[in-house]
Amino acid sequence: MCPPDYFGIEYEINPWMSRSRPADPVAARLQWESLFDLLRGKLGLSISLLVPEKGAPDLVFTANAGLVRGGIFIPSNFRHPERRGESPIFRRWFEREGYEIRDLPRDLFFEGEGDVLAVGDDLLAGYRTRSDIRTHARIGEILDTRVLSLELADPRFYHLDTCFCPLARDAAVYYPPAFDRYATRVIRTNVPRTVEVSAVEALRFACNAVVVERNVVLNTGCGNLKSILLGMGYAVWETDLSEFMKAGGAAKCLTLFLTP
Amino acid sequence: MGTFSRIVEMRGHIIDSLTFPKVLDEILGCGAEYETEEIVIGKTRRDPSYARVRVTAPAEETLDKVMSQIGRLGAEAVEEGDALLAPASGDGFFPEGFYATTNFPTRIRYNGRFLDVEDLCMDSGIRVSGPEIMACCVKMSRVKAGDLIVVGHRGVHVDPPRRDPIRRGIFEFMSSTVSPEKSKERIIREIAAEMRSVKSEKKGKILWVVGPALVHTGARDSFRRIIDAGYVDVVFSGNGMAAHDIEASLFGTSLGVSMAEGKIVPQGHAHHLRAINFIRSQGGIARAVESGRLKDGIMHALVRAGIPFVLAGSIRDDGPLPEVVSDTVEAQRRMRELCKGVSVAVMVASMLHAIATGNLLPATVRTVCVDMNTEMVTKLADRGTHQSLGLVTDAELFLRELAGMLSG
Repeated sequence: MCPPDYFGIEYEINPWMSRSRPADPVAARLQWESLFDLLRGKLGLSISLLVPEKGAPDLVFTANAGLVRGGIFIPSNFRHPERRGESPIFRRWFEREGYEIRDLPRDLFFEGEGDVLAVGDDLLAGYRTRSDIRTHARIGEILDTRVLSLELADPRFYHLDTCFCPLARDAAVYYPPAFDRYATRVIRTNVPRTVEVSAVEALRFACNAVVVERNVVLNTGCGNLKSILLGMGYAVWETDLSEFMKAGGAAKCLTLFLTP
Repeated sequence: MGTFSRIVEMRGHIIDSLTFPKVLDEILGCGAEYETEEIVIGKTRRDPSYARVRVTAPAEETLDKVMSQIGRLGAEAVEEGDALLAPASGDGFFPEGFYATTNFPTRIRYNGRFLDVEDLCMDSGIRVSGPEIMACCVKMSRVKAGDLIVVGHRGVHVDPPRRDPIRRGIFEFMSSTVSPEKSKERIIREIAAEMRSVKSEKKGKILWVVGPALVHTGARDSFRRIIDAGYVDVVFSGNGMAAHDIEASLFGTSLGVSMAEGKIVPQGHAHHLRAINFIRSQGGIARAVESGRLKDGIMHALVRAGIPFVLAGSIRDDGPLPEVVSDTVEAQRRMRELCKGVSVAVMVASMLHAIATGNLLPATVRTVCVDMNTEMVTKLADRGTHQSLGLVTDAELFLRELAGMLSG
């Protein structure tokens, strides 16, 4: 994770961002610390911190650093120039930690765990709004894994992790209207158990959740999903991430899993 | 379909992700067509798949639209390159590795643009010549040293004819199906309608390839009526048909059998020899017609109407008649020349000439093959003339019905 020292709405690169609705730095700090405490204190995760840098307001969204599988790090190639300054910061950290870095071709956009999520042995990968589908074949080669491509159809759900959340090896939460009809068929064919979220809760970023074994960490205001998950035997932790929603991110965007 | 096409490649888990069917759907949705050139499906769940597809569009804008749509789905254009050319090192043979043609419409890429291959026929090579650059089919024997011939498959596009869903005539509907059980009258009526439309809309020539059974079965008069009605533009046949037609005119027999009574006439076996001998003495069929010595029959009607014909010789010919071209390469050349502009070909009771003609015709020519023998009808299709409509029936019955419909 990366503390929100320099977080703010400094540009507009998705439909959620508006410089006329700035983030409150104090509230953002408190929300981020609540999430951090929940993940470390309550769920017992070990968390490495990236040192924030001025001029990189979205560095808090570490999910977009790249894709980590085992000891391999595949860095992102950000679509928007506004975020490209984050890449060397992430790269330095992974180099220092001794990861094998496997670059994708420079001209192919890729936004890391924002667009690639594991379900069982497969990777499910979103494309069109941010990542280029041509990266999927390369990722499959690098990691020797099946990569199922899913077209994202709604610009408000610009990354896969805004509309899809793996729960277990055979289960996931998703918002079907965010995908085209081929992608919804691929999800239904390949994920045996799916939970569909409502439009209202999808827009509260219900799918941008952090799942740690039988625990799900959610933004507030996702009551329906919460009761479904409770019914499935999950522990649900709600935490207000409204300041980060102004930038189009919630719990998942603020974390990058190092040990998938 | 049009002349704008491009090859694209896709790789990855394109089957499980439904990306491949999605790309194909996009192509059709934009009003273009596709042809899968190669597809390699991953053996295990983790193996990626590969597909190479040719996209063909009726207009360049359509193709551009398709390319941008499928480009975002990961389909990448493959740089194709021009067709490779090699000079022939001597007369009468192709360079090594020459491209052998089919009878389907073919184009080659030359200097980045596509040239239609002209004088299309199967089992030829493709020669590119200037100064106004053109690509033509050329037979092996016609190659001259230094001719530039296409080698390999690169830059060669072949478009198998697609079935037109709107205009679904007898040819599309019936082609490649042969059955003695089909309603012949209906089929012949459709053939007559097709011929009438070719003539009324000036869509090309009607070629007839006929064998001697036309005379033996007593169909001479029916065929002559079709000639008189204007539905015969070119005729290919051999020494036999012409000899028996003339025999019938001079002696009233065909292979010595009386045309009127169906009985063997004494000494009739020599009639065809006498007929050939007589025509040779006259200096040819045309001369015999001009002098008034040959008064009726098929050959008479053709000469009178000025309809071009090729009588190609064979090794067992008697005589032959002076008009018979016994140099087969020369006969083939003349036939190819006369095939230009043909849009319907009718082959009746002829095997060798029918197959030879099938080899000369582009696949776009509507072809009818009429024979008593089912094998003959299928043989033509098996030898690559896929567009052939087969009709298993007696030549006389076919021609009588058709003559009635065309001249009635």
